[in-house]
Parts: sequence; C-alpha cells; structure tokens
Amino acid sequence: MEFTCLSKGDGFHFPPCSMLNLCGFRILLDCPIDFSALTIFSPVPPAFSGRFDVESSQTEPVVRKRQRIEKQLDANDLIFEEPWYKTVKSLHLWDASFIDIVLISSPMGMLGLPFLTRSKGFAAKVYATEATSRIGQLLMEDLVSMHMEFRQFYGPKDSGCPQWMRWEELQVLPSALKEIALGKDCEELGAWMPLYSAADVKDCTRRVQTLKYAEEACYNGTLIIKPFSSGLEIGACNWTISCPQGNTACISNSIFGSSHAMEFDYDALQGNDLLVYSDFSSLKTMEDAENNTNNFGPVTGTSSNLREEDNHWQEAAATLLKNDGTSEEAEKLAFICTCSIDSVKAGGSVLIAIDRLGILLQLLEQLSIFLESSTLSVPVYIISSVAEKLLAYMNIIPEWLCKQRQEKLFSGEPLFGHVKLMKERKIQVFSAVHSPELLKNWQEPCIVFSPHWSLRLGAVVHLLRRWCSDQNSLLVLESGLDANMALLPFKPMEMKILQCSFTSGIGLQKVQPLLKTLQPKSLLFPKDLRCPIKFSESNKIYLYHENEMLCIPRMNHSTEIEIVTDLAYTFKVKSWKQESMSRLRGELFMEHGKYRLLSGSKTANSQQQRLLLHWGSPDLEKLLTELSKKGIDGSIKQVNGGAIDGAEPENPATTLLVHHPSKALIEVREACTVITAADENLASQISDAMDSVLGGI
Amino acid sequence: MPIECLVLGAGQEVGKSCVVVSINGKRIMFDCGMHMGYADSNRYPDFSRISDAGDFNSALSCVIITHFHLDHIGALPYFTQVLGYKGPVYMTYPTKALAPIMLEDYRKNMDRRGEEEQFTSQHIEECMKRVIAVDLKQTVQVDKDLQIRAYYAGHVLGAAMFYAKVGDAAIVYTGDYNTIADRHLGAAQIERLQLDLLITESTYANSVRDSKYNREGEFLKAVHKCVAAGGKVLIPTFALGRAQEICLLLEDYWERMNLKVPIYFSAGLTIQANMYYKMLVNWTSQKVKETYVTHNAFDFKHVQTFDRSLINAPGPCVLFATPGMLSGGYSLEVFMQWAPCEGNLVTLPGYCVVGTIGYKLMSGKPTRINLDKDTQIDVRCQVHQLSFSAHTDAKGIMDLVKFLSPKNAILVHGEKPKMAILKERIESELGIPCFYPANNETVSISSTGHVKAHASDTFIQRCLSPNFKFLKCGVPDKSASGSKCTEGISRLQVVDERVADSILVEQKCKKAKVIHQDELLLMLGEKEHEVKFAYCCPIRIEKSVQTGSKDLSSTDNQHLGLDKRSLLELLSVKLSNKLSEGNIQDFGEHLQIESFHVSVCLKDKCSHRTSNSIENQSELVFFCCNWSVADEKLAWNIISIMECCTLNTT
Repeated sequence: MEFTCLSKGDGFHFPPCSMLNLCGFRILLDCPIDFSALTIFSPVPPAFSGRFDVESSQTEPVVRKRQRIEKQLDANDLIFEEPWYKTVKSLHLWDASFIDIVLISSPMGMLGLPFLTRSKGFAAKVYATEATSRIGQLLMEDLVSMHMEFRQFYGPKDSGCPQWMRWEELQVLPSALKEIALGKDCEELGAWMPLYSAADVKDCTRRVQTLKYAEEACYNGTLIIKPFSSGLEIGACNWTISCPQGNTACISNSIFGSSHAMEFDYDALQGNDLLVYSDFSSLKTMEDAENNTNNFGPVTGTSSNLREEDNHWQEAAATLLKNDGTSEEAEKLAFICTCSIDSVKAGGSVLIAIDRLGILLQLLEQLSIFLESSTLSVPVYIISSVAEKLLAYMNIIPEWLCKQRQEKLFSGEPLFGHVKLMKERKIQVFSAVHSPELLKNWQEPCIVFSPHWSLRLGAVVHLLRRWCSDQNSLLVLESGLDANMALLPFKPMEMKILQCSFTSGIGLQKVQPLLKTLQPKSLLFPKDLRCPIKFSESNKIYLYHENEMLCIPRMNHSTEIEIVTDLAYTFKVKSWKQESMSRLRGELFMEHGKYRLLSGSKTANSQQQRLLLHWGSPDLEKLLTELSKKGIDGSIKQVNGGAIDGAEPENPATTLLVHHPSKALIEVREACTVITAADENLASQISDAMDSVLGGI
Repeated sequence: MPIECLVLGAGQEVGKSCVVVSINGKRIMFDCGMHMGYADSNRYPDFSRISDAGDFNSALSCVIITHFHLDHIGALPYFTQVLGYKGPVYMTYPTKALAPIMLEDYRKNMDRRGEEEQFTSQHIEECMKRVIAVDLKQTVQVDKDLQIRAYYAGHVLGAAMFYAKVGDAAIVYTGDYNTIADRHLGAAQIERLQLDLLITESTYANSVRDSKYNREGEFLKAVHKCVAAGGKVLIPTFALGRAQEICLLLEDYWERMNLKVPIYFSAGLTIQANMYYKMLVNWTSQKVKETYVTHNAFDFKHVQTFDRSLINAPGPCVLFATPGMLSGGYSLEVFMQWAPCEGNLVTLPGYCVVGTIGYKLMSGKPTRINLDKDTQIDVRCQVHQLSFSAHTDAKGIMDLVKFLSPKNAILVHGEKPKMAILKERIESELGIPCFYPANNETVSISSTGHVKAHASDTFIQRCLSPNFKFLKCGVPDKSASGSKCTEGISRLQVVDERVADSILVEQKCKKAKVIHQDELLLMLGEKEHEVKFAYCCPIRIEKSVQTGSKDLSSTDNQHLGLDKRSLLELLSVKLSNKLSEGNIQDFGEHLQIESFHVSVCLKDKCSHRTSNSIENQSELVFFCCNWSVADEKLAWNIISIMECCTLNTT
C-alpha cells in the first residue's frame, strides 16, 4: 500500500487531499479548490469607475507596481483580470487517466472535481454520498454563475496563458501576492486553472455514483467502499475501504457533535487494519495558540492608522473558540446574532459572508428568535443563485441530519426553521443582487446572507461596496481568510468586522481518545500534528509529510479464500504424514472483495484422476508387491548407465522389467521414473502402483 | 446449518404478517402485524411459539418492520411494551415517522369500538423511541455477524424489502411491494444478490393487472361530473398513502382543468401527514422528486382544512375523510349526511373489510343500510369503486423471483389456492423449490456454507494469469459426419483451469491453507519425483520408387539429418489431420504436444521399445515418445494414431 498526502488543506473550505494505492488501485481522496488564493484577484470593479481602471491597468501598471514594491498593499496591487482558481498543487503532476477511484468526502472536496473530470483520459469511478453530490453540484453551479460576472466584465478571453501569469508580470507582483500565486517554493503556478463551465459541472455530477448512508459500493469486485458520516457538514463522510489485503478507514475533518449534520460515526471505523488520519484542522488551533491571540470580539476598523488597523485584523482573526462542542458553537452563533441586532439597532445593515451551510441554517433560526425578541422588524435576505434549491434540499434529507433534527421528522415538524420563516416571508430568498424582486423589496437596514466568503465573488462584493463606509454596519466573516488581503478592495473600511472560526475538525485533545477507541492495527498520522498518539503497544504508527510517498507493508499476512462447502466435499483427500491435502477444482472468483472458489460452470469433461505431482523415492520391493497385487509380474534388474536416449549415462538407473501380462520397463532414477509400456492399460496400472509407493497429489 | 422459517402470520392468508427466520444462530422477526378481521387473540401472531418462557430478548436478534401498514406493524407496541421485547427494532425513516400515526389511529378506533385496549398511546410513543431508523441500502451491522439492508419496495411511502445476512447465508423478505411505479412512488428496486431464501408476498399470486391509467380516468370523470353538477364528493381513506396518491391525482387534474372547487382534508391528521410526505419527498417517485425545489408536490394548493360546519354548506366540494372503509368515525358521520342526496358521490378506494359500511356499498347496490338497530341510512348518492392496488401482480412476483434466483422461495401474504398455482409456476418455470406454509408452520431449508482457508500469494498470482487450453471438440474422423457435428457446437472449446495446479492442505489444529503445487514440496520438505511414460513407437513407411530402403537404415549421416526432419514433418501433418486436441509444435528435432514429446529414434536397440520381434524392419521407422502423467490420455490417443498410420515418403 502506498499513501501520498497531496495537500494538508486549510480549514473547512479546503479539505485535505491525498492519494492512496490499495490493492493496485489508485484512489484519490477529495479534490478541493483553494479559494483563499482567490484574494489576489480584484473583484469586479464598481460599475462606473471599473472601465477606466481596467484600461489603465493594461498600460501603466508594470511601471507603477515596480515603483512601490515595498509599499503597503493597496487595492490597485491586486490582479485586474478574470480570475483563475488554485487547485491542489501536486495533483496536476499525476496523470488523471491513472486514477481508478475518486472518493469525495464533502461538498467542499468536490468543488475541484470538474477540473479532473474534464481532463483528457479521466475514467475513474467517482463516489460521493447523495447529499454531498447534490450540495456540491449546487455550490459548483453557484460558483460558475458568480464567476460569470467576471467573464461579462472582462469579455471573452482567448485560451492560453493569461496576462498575469507571464513571468514579467509575476516578477513585479507584491511579495504577498507572489507568494500566493507561486507558492513558497515558486512551484505552484501549475495549480492554477481557468474555471470550468456549467457543462463541465453537469458532466462531472453525471459521473458521480451517489451512495446512501453506509451503502456498500463494490468496485471491480475487489474493493468494498462505504461512507460513514463525519459530522463536518450535511452529507460529509469518512470512508472505509476493504479489500482482500485488509480493511482501511480514512478519516478526514470530522466533528463529534453537530447541531445540524449527522454526528461523526466513529464506531463504524473501529478495528480496521489501517487508519489514515488526515484531519489537519487542529494545525490551525496549534498555530493560533502559539500566536496567543485568543481574543474574542468585534473590532472596528479605522482607516486613519494603518498599523492600528493591522492589529485589529489580527484581533479580528482570533478564533472564537477552539473546542468542539455544540454548546460553544451555539454561543458563537448567539454572539453573532447579538452583534447583528446591535448593528441593526444602530441603523446599520449586516452582511454575513459565511458559506458554511450548517452554520447558515442555524444562524437563520437563531437570528429569527433574536429578531422576534427584540421586536425589530428587519428584513433578512439571502442572495445566491442556488439558495432556493439548497434550502429546499435541506428540508428533504433527514437521513443526513443529527439526532435532534431527525426527531423533528418523527414529530412531523420541518427539519429546519427556515421553512416556516420563508413562508412567513421573514426570510426572503433572491437569486441575484440585481433581481427585480429584490430591488422591489429592498429595505435598509437589513441582514443579508450572501456568498462568497472570499469576498471576491457574488453579491457580497456589491453590498460591501455599498456599506463599507458605514460604521454602523457589520460584516461577519469566516476565519481562514486573510482579512487584510480580503478587504483591500473595499478600503477605506468603516464597517465593523466580526471574523469567527467554527469547529472544522477533531480537537487535538480528542485525537488520543479517538485512536484508543478505533484501535487500528496500523496508523498513518501527519507528522505536523504535534500531539500524543500512543494508543497501544503492538500497533504500528507511520508518520507522513505532505508530498512524501509512504509505502506501508502489507497489512494482513495472508489472503483468505472461501470454498463452497458442496464443492469442498467433492475434493479427493490424500494424506501424507501429518497433513491431509486435496487438489482444488472449480473456478476462482473475486466476489465482493473475497476470493471464492465455486464449482465451475463447466466441469472439465475429463476429470484427471491421476496424481500429477510426486515426491519421495520409490521402494522397488514395495513397488513389486503393489504390481503383483494387480497381477503384474516383474523383476528388478540393476543397470548402470542405461539411460533414456543415452542422454544421462552418469545418472544410475534401477530397472524393473515386467514380464506379465505383457512386456514393460520401469526405469527408476533419483528424481525420475520412466514407465515404458506399449499398452495403455498396463501403463496406467503401473502408474497406479507408482502412486502408492510415492507421495503424490 | 439449515435456515428455519417460522410463519406466525400471513401464512396462506392476508393479515398479521409475521415471519421468524433463524439463520446461523441468529433469529430475526420480519414484521409484527395484526389482523383486522379478528378481535380476539387471533388478532396477533402467536408469539409464544418464539419462546415458551416469553424471553424474547434472548430468542430474537432483531425485529424488522417493512412498512407502516397495520397488518405489518400493528402488533409491535404490544410486542415491545406489553410482552417486553427490548431488543433492536429496525425500520426505514418514513416508516418510523408515519407508523405512530397509523398506530394511534388504530388505537383510537379500538377505543371507540369499546374493545379492550391492547396498548396505550404511551406504549406507542415508548415503542417508537426504541426504533432504529435506516436509510435505503444502508448496510446495518446489527451485531458482529448479522447484517441487514433495506431496498426500495414501492407499495407505500417508506416500504422496504429487507436483506439479512449471517455468515454465508442470506435471505430477502420482501414485505409488500409494487414493481410498477405509481403516481407518487417508484417501483421496487433491488440488486442481484446471492440468496438462500426469498420470502415474498403473493397478494396477486394469480392475476395480472392492467394499466391504472383507465381507472384513474374514470375516477376523475366521475368526480368532475359530480362537482360540475354541484354535488359533494366523499372519499373515505386512511390518513396515509392512498389519500396522498389520490390527492396528487386530483391536484393535477384541478390544475389542468382549472377547477376551483375546494378539496378538503377532514382532520388535522391528514394535513399533518402531508407534512411528513413533504419532508420525505426523496422516498417518492423520480417524477415527484424532481419538482421539489420549485414546488413540493405535497404542498397541495387546492387543499383546505375541513370544518364540521362545512358538512352542510352549499356548493360542491371534495372531501377526504378518515377512516377508510366507512368503518366509523368522521367519514361515516359525513356519509350519513351526504348519502341521501342523489347528486353526491362516494368513492371507495381500495379494499374494504367484511362488516364495514364500505363493504356493504361495494358488494351490492343497497338503497338502505342499517347502521344499527335504530339508525338507517338511505343511500341515494352515486357510489364509485376505485380499485387501486399497490401490490405487485403475478408477473411482478415471477420477475422478482427470476431476477433474484434464490435457492428457495417461500410465499406468504396471499390466498391459499392462488399461492398453490404460483408455487407450481415458480417450481416448474424457474426450477426453484417453493413453499407456502400455513400459520405456525416451520419450513426448513439448507443453506450454503463455505470452508475458509488461507491462500498463498503464489496461488493468487497464478490464478490471476490466464491458463487457457484450447480443445478442439466435435471433430470427427470422417469428414462426412463432420459437417453435421459442427453445425450446433463450436469446434473450439476454451478451457481455463487455473485452480487445478493448487492444493488445499489441512493440518491438525491449523487453518486450512491453499497453496500452489510448486510450494507444496517446499512445505513438505520433500524432493519431487517425476513420473513419466515413454514408448518407442514404430510407424510403417511406404517408400516411393526413387528412394531406396537403404537410405533410411544406412549410416549415411548427411541424409539422415534431412530425413529425420522430413519424417517428423510427415508425422506432424498426419497428427494434425487426425488429432482433435492439443497444439502441435515443431522444434525441428522433435515435435511437442503439451508434454508429449516425440522424436525419430535411430538406435538399434532402444530401451523404450517393447516388441522385440522386428519383422520388416526396413519398412518401419521408430519414433521415441515420452510424456508426463498429466497428458496420459492425450498421449495414448496420439500413439494409437501413430501406430495405425503409414508415412509416405517421396
């Protein structure tokens, strides 16, 4: 077995990506996009000044940028071109056509899939849960539709290398942008891709084989693949793969307790031969702990003092909480709601750029409670091309929801609060910021939920432009985003900013107990995660690094084969010393990950009764007795050098002459006996006699 | 180990479905239904047969409920709460959601009829709490050995067929199913499985149903006619299933015909039921599913809640009222009011149990019905019977049995004479042993087992590489009969015997092991001793005039070399004409067919020659042959050809 971690990923929106070679099959785990890199591009420039900016960026930027290399970044440093998207950097080094299976664990892990499915020769089988596939599809469609704005703005581009990718352009990029574009080792330029089309998305989802919760999928009769909920998001899962060489479980980002998605089902991952642990989410908390910036609270940005502002960003970037646990998660939500209410009370609007579906659904519920109790009547808008479909879908997949939500199904209530709120028009859903219905209904102050969290795409861009100078308004961001960079185009920024982090994986302190419960025979664990992982004396632990292939010796010592009892009864059993043995018959099948010997459809017409393999050395006296039992008379005659064809004169042979019933000759050498007879029957009888004086099968 | 199947209910009848199957030490109860036709102890399956002591927890591994109909779930609260079964109960999400509604409805009716209460509301609630909901195709590991899985069955929302596997033995219990998609549900779907036993329903064991389409049309026409004339339409149904199906039908029709007549649902119960349907839209048919975003099909636009005051309100309307069959309650109350008016219509969807008003309406055209001693109802309204059925028909059952090809089949949930006919068909047409036990009978069938062994890598590798042998068969000696033979059968037979080179070794106190024969000697610590056969075979030579006999036996080595080759070539031609199997390879010095090795022998005295009497030696040439045991039969075949043939040298 071979394992390569292609990318550690980064938080919720950029799950880890790895390649696994199992039983000779190459399996890719997840195919995400790194949206945080999108911030090097400028959002679509504002309608009036936009044209001018683009014109100017064509001619003078090179000079301008050169002059201010070491200056503070500003909005003009960003790349004014149709953005490309950054995928996992080492994935493009693999030939897509060599991948046999792709396993998608979450909607986020699916967003880069069309890049793969549209590549030439890609023929892998893609598995994802039903919910992941559906949500993933909607997110991809949304992405394509949001990106459309760029395409409309910049006009059609010829295929080929865009302007910003040229070396001379890259050279003059400010170092912060350059690092994102090229990577630390300047080798990540190949990871950038032009966005897929709606047709690519369609083709991609068509290729996905969807699975129900814990449904078994059998690949090639050899691998049995099963998804179990990971708790990260609705439909998100961990995988178990069993093959004749052992059972493997793969854990990606998982959450123990969730108040929307089905909980992390770790029981199902117990007792495997190999556990691939690739939840890197605690890396983030580790770094944060080191930086000691665990402050919690909203921060007001002021444009006057740049340095002060930077400090604020750091504070804003502070995580809300590091532990998992639904109650703490709920506190965070409550805090966001309180801040939102405060802003609204002050006459400002609230813009919530959070793209975590579960968080969004809960926020909607909480917010409506807060609004109700505060007796404010503020409209809540959701602006996204797929919001309507997503919200509708959320209410019809009880199978992927947490226990409390399932209880709602059993008592006949809607699974999420938004259904009622939408009916009461407390929440209004619009497909785009420029849709006529929205313009008709628009009221300020208001609370708006809108993608995209990178602040480069979607309605959020327009609304930020509108509110960025209003100090009563509030912007709610996700962590994992470099806020300084993300907000560049919207400076000067007067809005309050609340950046919050939500649980997106297994906490460090839970790793050890988890491993103790799961008891894998061997464990693959990231080297970067500094946490105690000793869980048993006898088990093997392999530490892995990003982009280092790790070979793991075979997990179980022997393959198992099952022989149908009816067939086994037909075997002729021979015993030799301690052992009893029998020659196999039938046909070997690979069925459902198991080797099975079944009685062949066509039993060989002439079943060989002869023993085909002999060992030992024959006792000639005994042979004579055996022969005489069959009515064959003979005598022993020592001949030296009388070999077959005279080829081996140095090999001494003992000869046994048969006189009756007809003449025959048996030449016995050390490792060979030659029976010479003109009569088939006699030859076969002599051969039978040989069988009884030799070991054979 | 045999599989034992104890039929506690729905054996040669319809009602109180309950089958207990023992497989490899596990015992599973499929369905736990009650019989609508009885009010005594016959109402429930005879649970005492599972365990005399009443210790159901150790007697059963789990209970599986296929769908929410009372004849499949009606006895569950009694079994778990009153009899005290505490083990796991599995059903699909929709069944878990909808079953309490059905049970509660039933309990209330029991109450109303003044029957002794078998279980309380509390019981239902407690019982449902313990139920483990499963998704379709979700593989549930009940315990280490027992695995179950649900497959879509159609019939009603959430109905499932269940697959259960213990060790190597596997069975499927279908529950009720429908192989044809209807207005709101898809058709039953299952994958090919290796089954020892299939337990299938057989409600329509002997009939093939026509399309529903016409009946739907007639129904809609009747309803339209009635409301157009200002009449009221009463549709007595149970809260779940049929109500939604017919309502979908009406909604669609209302939309198409642009009708504005109100459609009422009698109680909050049914409105509530629609709520469930909306959330469970994923379990309905593809067509309904696809539209959920823009409009959830169960968001009925024309449906309003009914109010008692509306019973005698003027104007046309359509009313869905519970319970079905007009067995009492609200639907009966409305019926009493509406029946005397000629313009009204009562539509009875589905089956009505003997003794109900619905049954009386369907079984004749009564003008007056005696409700009890004091009450009489004048029936002047129209009565329409709508025979929708969500069960598969005989063709569907046969298709399923054929598709799954189980080793055995058991029929339940049907009428005895019809089951007998279906059993005959299954046995004669499909060759599958079939049983239809009566209640409380046990059927025992044998199950397949497997011997488990370790397999060596060499064995696996050797088995992965092909080992083709081509056998020519049906090639006759005479060309005349040959033409006949070749018509039907292909002349070339491909044999790929890969496992015959391998050996199963069993040692005492050790797991059996499968190894390749090459590994065997190493394992035994023995040296191979090859056993071969040899024979120096004389063949008659016919010389042409030019070549003298002396040329052959002479010591002129230069000529000999040439002649050796030509002789072998001649032999090769002869053999290839006559030999039906094997592939002749010419190596110049010798010919080889499998392990059979033949070369010209020029020795005066060869040890492999048996006949000493050499007459006409000049006309004979010797071919020395040797072969190994594996090709014994082939070798003697070749030798007999060689002995008979004559080589013509030119």
